[in-house]
Amino acid sequence: MKWVPKHLDRLLEALLEHLYLVFSSVGIALVISLIVGIWAARRPRSFAAIVVLTGILFAVPSLALFALLIPVMGIGAAPAITGLAAYSLMILIRNIGMGFQAVPRDVLEAADGMGYGTARRIWEVELPLAMPYIIGGIRIAMVTVIGIGTVAAYINAGGLGVIIFEGIDQRFPEKIIAGGLLTSFLALFADYFFASFEKLLRRRSGGKAA
Amino acid sequence: MIVIDAMSWIFNNSGVFFNAFNRHLLMCVLSLGIGFVIAVPLGFSVARAPRAAFAVINIAGALRSIPSLAILSATMPFLGIGLLPSIIALVVLAVPPLLLNTIIGIREIDTSVIDAANGMGMSAGQMLREIELPLAVPSILSGVRTSAIQVIGGAALASFIGGGGLGDFINAGIAIMNMPRLLVGAVPIALLAIFAELAFSALERVFTQRR
Repeated sequence: MKWVPKHLDRLLEALLEHLYLVFSSVGIALVISLIVGIWAARRPRSFAAIVVLTGILFAVPSLALFALLIPVMGIGAAPAITGLAAYSLMILIRNIGMGFQAVPRDVLEAADGMGYGTARRIWEVELPLAMPYIIGGIRIAMVTVIGIGTVAAYINAGGLGVIIFEGIDQRFPEKIIAGGLLTSFLALFADYFFASFEKLLRRRSGGKAA
Repeated sequence: MIVIDAMSWIFNNSGVFFNAFNRHLLMCVLSLGIGFVIAVPLGFSVARAPRAAFAVINIAGALRSIPSLAILSATMPFLGIGLLPSIIALVVLAVPPLLLNTIIGIREIDTSVIDAANGMGMSAGQMLREIELPLAVPSILSGVRTSAIQVIGGAALASFIGGGGLGDFINAGIAIMNMPRLLVGAVPIALLAIFAELAFSALERVFTQRR
């Protein structure tokens, strides 16, 4: 432990860059997947096709995906955020679609009977009921992107991966372990935080905690 | 056209390409095999012991939170660079999903089935061969699929620690900013992962229907 105490500012900077990558990619993906997920949840055949397709795309390794984006977008934060957002999309669309499909049909009919318009029904009835699923999706997406985000450093996007790659290049184990452990802690913290939030929501909506 | 350039590069350097491709495949198959031999028996032995299972599940969960890149690079200080540290790191990536799915598969077996087998006077060995193993297969296969995806992606990163494989072309492509070379690495890696996903999903379906 020689390098870490002297370079806490570097680690903090890398952590903040990492958080920026994670939040921007999951944020962009959340907006897109809410639109697609709500649209697809009412169309079982489209949704089934989307689930199969996203499952296949999700298998593509991160390094390969980033490499495929470089000819189109160059290197830097843009292709990195695009790639990370793509992984988040695959997770979120699935979960959001399932959340909206889990809303009982009689609840929807009751809302229609009370004269709710489509927009108001989605906002006031469906979204709150689907919320535990949405948070669950955000949890998995965050944890996945925090891990994959380390590879983004390779295409000049910054983040905690920078510390790991420097450790590889300089044959400096302490940097590799510091970067790796910090990323793991971040992932475990995100997992715990969103899981607690999800449990709270499930309890509040009267469903059983999954 | 980048794609045509990439194809012609493969055609003109087929020896180099297939060396890397075979190495990539070798790394994946070996580590998945070793991971399977470690994880499945371990899963079976702890599944019925609550405290051991709790410990194993938590350790596997913690291992899963470590990014692949960190696991691969962390083997370097202990084992240097090359094929061996890459394979060891890939085994570490392969074990957690296999272990978790094996335990889930055994725990999902209906207790009434186990009770009936006990009542019929089956020995522990018979129970394992004739009941637990066949019923846990779909879940284990799901673990194999997850591990295969992890390992194929991890093997792409092995290039950073001198493990070779298709990642070498991505590395070279970025170093000299040569787009076709980038695709020579990226496209086969992506196709390999998609193929593994589809093949293991199909296997899973076959075994799930057979029950």
